[in-house]
Amino acid sequence: MTLNRRTFLGTTAALAGTLAAPAVLGQSRPRAVVIGGGAGGATAARYIANDSDGAIDVTLIEPARHYYTCFFSNLYIGGFRSIESIGHSYGTLASDYGINVVHDWALAIDRDAKTVALSGGGSVPYDRLVVSPGIDFKEGAVPGWSLATQNAMPHAYKAGSQTELLRAQIAAMPEGGTFAMVAPPNPYRCPPGPYERVSMVAHYLNEHNPTARILIVDPKETFSKQALFQDGWSRHYPGMIERIGPDFGGDRVEVRPDTMEVVIDGQAESVDVCNVIPAQQAGGILHQAGLVENDWATVVPATMTSVMDENIHVLGDSTRQGAMPKSGFSANSQAKVAAMAVRHALTDSRMFPARFSNTCWSLIDTDDGIKVGATYEAGEDRIEAVDTFISQVGESAETRAETYRESLGWYDSITADMFG
Amino acid sequence: MTRALVAITFAVLAGAPAALAQEGDPERGAILFRQCNSCHVAEPDGPARTGPNLYGVIGRTAGTLEDTRYSPAMREAGENGLVWTQESLDGFLQDPRGYMPGSRMSFRGMRDLQDRMDVIAFLTGDAPMVHSAGIERISADILAMEGDVEYGRYLSSECVACHSEPGDDEGIPAITGIEQEAFILAMHDYRDGHREHQVMTTVTQRLTNEEIASLAAYFAEPAE
Ligand SMILES: Cc1cc2nc3c(=O)[nH]c(=O)nc-3n(C[C@H](O)[C@H](O)[C@H](O)COP(=O)(O)OP(=O)(O)OC[C@H]3O[C@@H](n4cnc5c(N)ncnc54)[C@H](O)[C@@H]3O)c2cc1C
Repeated sequence: MTLNRRTFLGTTAALAGTLAAPAVLGQSRPRAVVIGGGAGGATAARYIANDSDGAIDVTLIEPARHYYTCFFSNLYIGGFRSIESIGHSYGTLASDYGINVVHDWALAIDRDAKTVALSGGGSVPYDRLVVSPGIDFKEGAVPGWSLATQNAMPHAYKAGSQTELLRAQIAAMPEGGTFAMVAPPNPYRCPPGPYERVSMVAHYLNEHNPTARILIVDPKETFSKQALFQDGWSRHYPGMIERIGPDFGGDRVEVRPDTMEVVIDGQAESVDVCNVIPAQQAGGILHQAGLVENDWATVVPATMTSVMDENIHVLGDSTRQGAMPKSGFSANSQAKVAAMAVRHALTDSRMFPARFSNTCWSLIDTDDGIKVGATYEAGEDRIEAVDTFISQVGESAETRAETYRESLGWYDSITADMFG
Repeated sequence: MTRALVAITFAVLAGAPAALAQEGDPERGAILFRQCNSCHVAEPDGPARTGPNLYGVIGRTAGTLEDTRYSPAMREAGENGLVWTQESLDGFLQDPRGYMPGSRMSFRGMRDLQDRMDVIAFLTGDAPMVHSAGIERISADILAMEGDVEYGRYLSSECVACHSEPGDDEGIPAITGIEQEAFILAMHDYRDGHREHQVMTTVTQRLTNEEIASLAAYFAEPAE
């Protein structure tokens, strides 16, 4: 069943009317509403709808008609994927799973009335709410940069037109030009993401502009899979990549989008492309709803409910949950625990112990893939790691190629697990 | 490995049929065979498991053992004259589904030439070779354990993040519709270190016998 917005809002209004007398409404289905149709939200909507066999009315609120995955968006920059191949629509969730997909922006959550106000007008009532809005950037995190300058200095950390823009700018770089990246401080979406991006930019430049150079300005002492990336960079792109860490001013950076300059510890440097990935925080809707403390929404690990509201589950990048990295795999994994808890709350289905897992693959160059991962469980007040693994420096070319092939299989499987 | 290299390998092998067996290390092959062991035994008059008994496979026409479930593709290949020689087995093992589209073998293949030579040497062995099945590593009680399908369904949500639910096996093998015993053996083998893969070793560490049985019961159900 696909509802366009008008019919949907019509139904909602009618329902809202009858809601006034819930006692007489014994027959009506309980309602789960999901805000955000990304890695966490799409998975949660699909699992609640599929596993409840129609016993729960599921609504997914997401403004975009197509979701471009950040995962594999670096591979698009490197030329390994087309932009179409990382785009997904919500058609199957609507037609095969009976989810009401509402393409609108959630403006506000009224936690007392248990309703979500939409920017197009009207509101959607819920019995349980799942919120997976991803990240927002912290204003003023990189002096000189703001969303108003994102076209001059793209972040490309929400995939789609920003990613295409960044790739176009890299393609237009003058011979021997400089690509700069301002890397984010912890914690941020996808710990290996900036460094996989550097690898893919290097791959592209190596083919098209081999005298170009890459400058990473990084506020962090160390980064994810560092030994593996640095080993890969020295094998594939010797001399191309320079990283300035906090010891040399990587944490004292300012940008000037008008003149395309990066100022490191007071020293201005002209660059041709500047990819600014600012510090991050939970999606704005969670701030509005009062579910955020110190940038992130803290959750109860066993159910992924907010510590401040037991009727609201928060997933993915926006959460503070403990040991899991902010990844699409993590959001997908957390969504399954939340979906189970939602079904248990609304239909009294069985509850099992929460289990989570994550694997992050990264591509360094053609057929040179690496991975890191772990299994997790719900501790008392945080998610704890159980067992972990990571690729090793010096693995055979065959192992690395196999790891890359695995990542291709993973991408197809997990996107089918999210979008049907 | 490139096509050209494969061609050379074949040429060399065709010229000297014994080369493979001579160069392969059957003892190492026996260890490598453990990854086949959840679906195949290799022992005289041994039973078919998910796949055929591989004792004496060299010289056998493909798809012809009795009481064994073969894919239509495998039977057809046999009818068209495919005989398992060291060479043909080498091609098949390298990329099972590429070599034989439609094969049911849910194994991604052995890309390393030495690994294949070792396994083939093990399967060729001139002394009667008895390799008891992985089944002996696992007690009958564990194999017979009844799984809780609903729990298995919940646990399976961790698997399908990587193993495609519709059963595609691009890059990562399909597990939907896999036979219970084969599944149980494979999980125990990963967990107990008889079979290795970074991710699988990690995810199986925390699985109890009951949980493995529940997953097996769930995955054995035909896909919707
Ligand atoms: C370059 C890069 C590479 C990455 N690579 C990997 C990888 O290889 N593997 C991996 O696992 N992860 C990877 N990630 C991380 C992954 O993309 C994120 O962790 C994941 O998308 C988080 O899921 P989420 O549901 O929290 O947020 P998102 O997937 O961002 O989804 C949030 C959705 O909510 C919507 N939304 C926000 N606010 C509202 C509102 N008020 N109303 C309605 N809708 C709203 C947005 O439109 C968006 O669609 C990568 C990220 C980047 C940037």
